[in-house]
Amino acid sequence: MSQVFILGDFAGDKCTKTTAELATAAARSGSVTAIVLAAPGAGATLAATVKHGPIANVLVVESTDFATHGVAAAADAIAQIIAQKSPNALLIASHAYGKEVAGRVAVATESGIITDAVDVAADLTATQLVFGGSTTVHSKVSNGVPIITVRPNSIEADLSDSTPAVENLSLTISDAAKLATTTSSTPPVKGGRPELTEAQVVVSGGRGTNGDFSAVEGFADSLGAAVGASRAATDAGWYPHSHQVGQTGKTVSPQLYVACGISGAIQHRAGMQTSKTIAVVNKDPEAPIFDLADFGVVGDLFAVLPQATQGVVAQKS
Amino acid sequence: MKIAVCVKQVPDSWAEKKMVNGVLDREGVDAVLNDLDEYAVEEALRIVEAHGGNEEGGANSVTIVSMGPERATEAIRKALSMGANDAILVSDAALAGSDALATSKVLAEVIKNGGFDLVICGTESTDARMSVVPAMLAQRLGWAQLTFASMVAVDPAANTVSITRTTEAGVDAINAKLPAVISVVEKINEPRYPSFKGIMAAKKKTIDSRDLAAVGVSAESAWSLVADSAPRPPRAAGIKVVDEGNGGNDLAKFLVEKKFI
Repeated sequence: MSQVFILGDFAGDKCTKTTAELATAAARSGSVTAIVLAAPGAGATLAATVKHGPIANVLVVESTDFATHGVAAAADAIAQIIAQKSPNALLIASHAYGKEVAGRVAVATESGIITDAVDVAADLTATQLVFGGSTTVHSKVSNGVPIITVRPNSIEADLSDSTPAVENLSLTISDAAKLATTTSSTPPVKGGRPELTEAQVVVSGGRGTNGDFSAVEGFADSLGAAVGASRAATDAGWYPHSHQVGQTGKTVSPQLYVACGISGAIQHRAGMQTSKTIAVVNKDPEAPIFDLADFGVVGDLFAVLPQATQGVVAQKS
Repeated sequence: MKIAVCVKQVPDSWAEKKMVNGVLDREGVDAVLNDLDEYAVEEALRIVEAHGGNEEGGANSVTIVSMGPERATEAIRKALSMGANDAILVSDAALAGSDALATSKVLAEVIKNGGFDLVICGTESTDARMSVVPAMLAQRLGWAQLTFASMVAVDPAANTVSITRTTEAGVDAINAKLPAVISVVEKINEPRYPSFKGIMAAKKKTIDSRDLAAVGVSAESAWSLVADSAPRPPRAAGIKVVDEGNGGNDLAKFLVEKKFI
């Protein structure tokens, strides 16, 4: 039977939902083995959290090098695993670390690589959305062990319980993977909002906030979103100019843009209309912003946003 | 200190991009220096300026290294006008449609033979957005990888470099002996605008154009192949609901359906 390996994705000492998403995609083509890279003595604890999704086996490698030599050490271990176990494909989460590990493994194993897949079919055809989401591409690796990085939250995870068999593997990380040394690591600051132009999700407020951004900020925080503002709001001094979205402010193109109490003047639209998905909350059913909306709520943002915030929080817990 | 900065000419991020025969159509769009590479050029210039400058004949220099069609000289001139000393462009018809693996192979070969201490890249190109070339370069060269840097400090006397790596996974302090491959994030600096003097000087700077034979590698076909591509349909008419006490829940439900939560 075909075997597909995935790199277990962890936040602290807990397996993330992304791991189950990778497993769900991988299981379409074969039996799934999750690779767990751990500090010495921590492998069993990490492996014990790999219990959701169609995962048949867990392969634990312990080394101090994963913490001190980061991407290079992880890639070195995975390349050795591929050489030993000859899987049919390798799936990794598509974030900075995952993509870099995938890139190094691709070089080391002379394998083709596809990044940022939003779906992976049983024949390992990957689907990507490119050029700001304007084009759908299907592609396939044609050499070596296909290495595909998959964007988190793209594939609906099969979260059913699993009790994978755990195997411990002893490897020696090569010296060539130990050239850069991590001397300290600080996890991301919780509660800090992302940069406006880098954010995957932006929630913006306008004239309709009447100067009270609390509902907008509350909703943004529930989504891990950046907060934006229309020119009307920044000119009124309700929100800092650095947060202005529009022709004279910043241009954003997030996956999701939520415009709250913003009418949708050309000046604002120019800064956000390439957003992938647009949601609107506005009291005025005739507001031009509704023309752009994938989903619009005609209503008072001070009623709609708190309820939506609760809904998001409930869904996440 | 000899620094190589890898740059790419990309379609203007405002241009409408489309696929033709499985690759990005680069003919019909304005081509510019990849925005994110400007931060790499700026950081390289700051490093040499902090350690004695990069005047002609001095020990410090910044060389732009790029792979692309002959037309990529336009983007390279921009980097030269910012203050880089010279450039190497690998241009060969056999390289059309190269993937990140082939690109990193060519760039690594040029860098390996160039006597560089440091390679600086942007984190990604704004067209392919794979973000893997710097890691691939480090792997191929067997050099230290210090990527996603929001701060870079070089100590030429100790032959070391240290960075602050800033990603969604947190902030790490990383150091290494030179030579090393660095990628820099946007927030690291504010790239300078080329001065008039810089633009004039750039016209006289050398762009060493090489084909694959001159580099000494053979062309590799891409190891991932596009089966098909299609523009996504235009934005369909949206759903509009009137809040009668449940509007917030409707919005949350929509976000769940769209997998934002």
